[in-house]
Amino acid sequence: MRPARCRLMATTTVASPRTFQGTAWTWITTVDHKRIAALYLVTSLLFFGLGGVEALIMRLQLARPENALVESGRFAELFTMHGTTMVFLALMPLSAAFFNLLVPLMIGARDVAFPRLNALSYWVYLFGGVFLNISFLAGGAPDAGWFGYAPLTSTGFAGSRGIDFWIFGLQILGVSSILASINFITTIINLRAPGMSLRRMPLFVWMTLVTGFLIIFAFPVITVGLILLAFDRYLGTSFFLPAGGGDPVLWQHLFWVFGHPEVYILILPAMGIVSEVLPTFARKPLFGYAVVTYSGASIALLGFGVWTHHMFTVGLGPIADTAFAASTMLIAVPTGVKIFNWIATLWGGSISFRTPLWFAVGMVAMFIMGGLTGVSLGSPPVDTQVQDTYYVVGHLHYVLFGGSVLGLFAGIYYWFPKFTGRLLHEGWGKAHFVLMLVGMNLTFLPMHNLGIDGMPRRIYTYPTGMGWDLWNMVATVGAFLIAFSLLIFTINAVQSIRRGRVAGNDPWDGGTLEWTTTSPPPVYNFAEIPTVASVYPAWDLKRGAGHTCATVTVPAYGDDNGRTEPLVHMPNPSYWPIVFAAGLVLAFCGLVFHQIFILVGAVTMGVALFGWIEEPAA
Amino acid sequence: MSAHAAHAEHATTTGLDHRKIGMWAMLGSECMFFGSLVLVNLINKNNLKGLDPAHFGHGILDLVLTSSTTFVLLTSSLAMVLALAAFRNGNKPWGRFWLAVVMLFGLIFLGGQVYEFSSFVHDGLTPSTNLFGASFFMLVGFHGAHVALGVLWLGATFVYSFRNYFDRRHTWGIEMAGLYWHFVDLVWVAIFTLIYLI
Repeated sequence: MRPARCRLMATTTVASPRTFQGTAWTWITTVDHKRIAALYLVTSLLFFGLGGVEALIMRLQLARPENALVESGRFAELFTMHGTTMVFLALMPLSAAFFNLLVPLMIGARDVAFPRLNALSYWVYLFGGVFLNISFLAGGAPDAGWFGYAPLTSTGFAGSRGIDFWIFGLQILGVSSILASINFITTIINLRAPGMSLRRMPLFVWMTLVTGFLIIFAFPVITVGLILLAFDRYLGTSFFLPAGGGDPVLWQHLFWVFGHPEVYILILPAMGIVSEVLPTFARKPLFGYAVVTYSGASIALLGFGVWTHHMFTVGLGPIADTAFAASTMLIAVPTGVKIFNWIATLWGGSISFRTPLWFAVGMVAMFIMGGLTGVSLGSPPVDTQVQDTYYVVGHLHYVLFGGSVLGLFAGIYYWFPKFTGRLLHEGWGKAHFVLMLVGMNLTFLPMHNLGIDGMPRRIYTYPTGMGWDLWNMVATVGAFLIAFSLLIFTINAVQSIRRGRVAGNDPWDGGTLEWTTTSPPPVYNFAEIPTVASVYPAWDLKRGAGHTCATVTVPAYGDDNGRTEPLVHMPNPSYWPIVFAAGLVLAFCGLVFHQIFILVGAVTMGVALFGWIEEPAA
Repeated sequence: MSAHAAHAEHATTTGLDHRKIGMWAMLGSECMFFGSLVLVNLINKNNLKGLDPAHFGHGILDLVLTSSTTFVLLTSSLAMVLALAAFRNGNKPWGRFWLAVVMLFGLIFLGGQVYEFSSFVHDGLTPSTNLFGASFFMLVGFHGAHVALGVLWLGATFVYSFRNYFDRRHTWGIEMAGLYWHFVDLVWVAIFTLIYLI
């Protein structure tokens, strides 16, 4: 496309690709998107483990009727923190880890548009997650459910500080998500390699862009809801309190206008990953690239118009219920289009059955199950029957576990070699997949039965003789099977990082740009900025089609003057992001502990902002 | 030329500076923020807890005062345009003058708001009186906070203009502050129309 610029970049050199070494200080001050991705990945997997332990305790309590492992108050804390942790501290940041690792590599950029802002997003996320979980030690965790329905969150019903931690914890995490989304939207719009038009962007990058827009438009609504709630709790207003003329249903609207797009925020990145994994292992391009893209965008758009299907039993009237039932079922169309395109991608392909493909195919199959129960829930009469029962719990876990988690693990197995330079062990990977698949179906399929039999969600125990004993025990066994599969994954990952088979740059014969650089990639990703002529530039390069910069020779190390340092100028490390993030979270601490923290936090943020501006950015 | 100005010369896909695209994304997000707050106001417009609308509802709003401060705020947008134009023409003294005018007008607007809030509280309308009051203080307060932040930002721009941050070709700092300022003004047009006039 623009050969002149391409040739210009070719004068740069390649340094040794040791991306992930260095002291703690280099990690604290890093602005490198790959290191930040590693931080996101490890942190989100730790929180995933924490949310998983919370789930296991709940499953133990529910394994048998009238069990007394945890009492009702603690159980409420567990289901609230399980949901909040999994959504905001595990799945979203795990997606963010992939955004960070892949977006600059896939679009042929050296880093994101705002490297320091990227570091800030991570630190705000980490501190926000810690802030939320400190509540366990500071007088009680939040206990009103992950969607915190009013008036359960009012001071009358929730006197402890738990809800305050929940309100401000979500606000902090919202800051992190919005800043990260602004960063990735800008990066994708503005830092693409020459020739990479929007219609040549990898599907994962497309889904990152769509998710970014979902986040910047959905999060402000929950921000407003949480501010109103904080006013109710701190300043004596009654936005959600009927006694003062308020309306609890307003909270439900505000929450679900955010909450439903949030579901797509969780699933679209996984869909993007699957859309990258399937073509590689079927060894043919994604079937219907344009249609899959449009489908992803229309899912996001329609996602803003379906929120009251969470509120069919509120009594909004037949007109509203009918309209939202129709829009809900309409979403099944682009979703179904995607599924058929994935199947058509595999159809007739020269399939290589490696672990990432197992997870990707598992994701498609399990997501279909979650999607079908979703359509059934989109029907108001059905929904009225099973509202607030385990049927809903089963449905949402097929979508978020069967969809998001399996999809994200497909991504972990697929890009692990790019991240670490070593492959995860195939046999253990497949064992992980089989156990996880069996485990999740044992856990979540019986929940549909329980729901139809009338078992309400969120109860801490149930009497004998309800006919729920068997399936509850099965679900508990399944949950431990999932935990066991994750143990296998952990051991596999720890072993493979040290002793796994060396991957080389391109172990899967991938088609996107990240496979054209080293594993792990050098700090600057590409010695020369590539030129792109199709959706699969790496295949073009390997198979000789299209136009790339491959003809320009690149010196392996150093230049003619004997320098061995890379000549690419990368952003400097900075400690101001972590200082600013600390100030922000300290200021929020002032709202739950002592007010002095507000002042300390504000001063810290002011100093950090000044340092940030004064520091040479590049 | 400063490091910032040099950075702006990097080639980008769209030819626009990153900061401009990031700013637009951020303002898009703000639309949903203010949209939600305006909606809460419209819902609670007549939610007076049975109190007299003339003193604890829509009737308390002083249209003469607010129309005047609205005029001042909207005029500040003109000054903002003139400030950017002056810097682009390389005329820093006039650029600084117009920046000062924008800040002054912003402060006049804020002063009007402080007066408005304190007179309401004096008359007995507080955020906890009824939901009309709560919604009103919330929306107008958050807008006021945005104006205050804008004044601070413009102040920083004013100071940095003495440190060679901007020249004829590198005015992104002023442009960003201006983009934000115009947005905050535009939001006020919506608030003034929907909350005060209707």
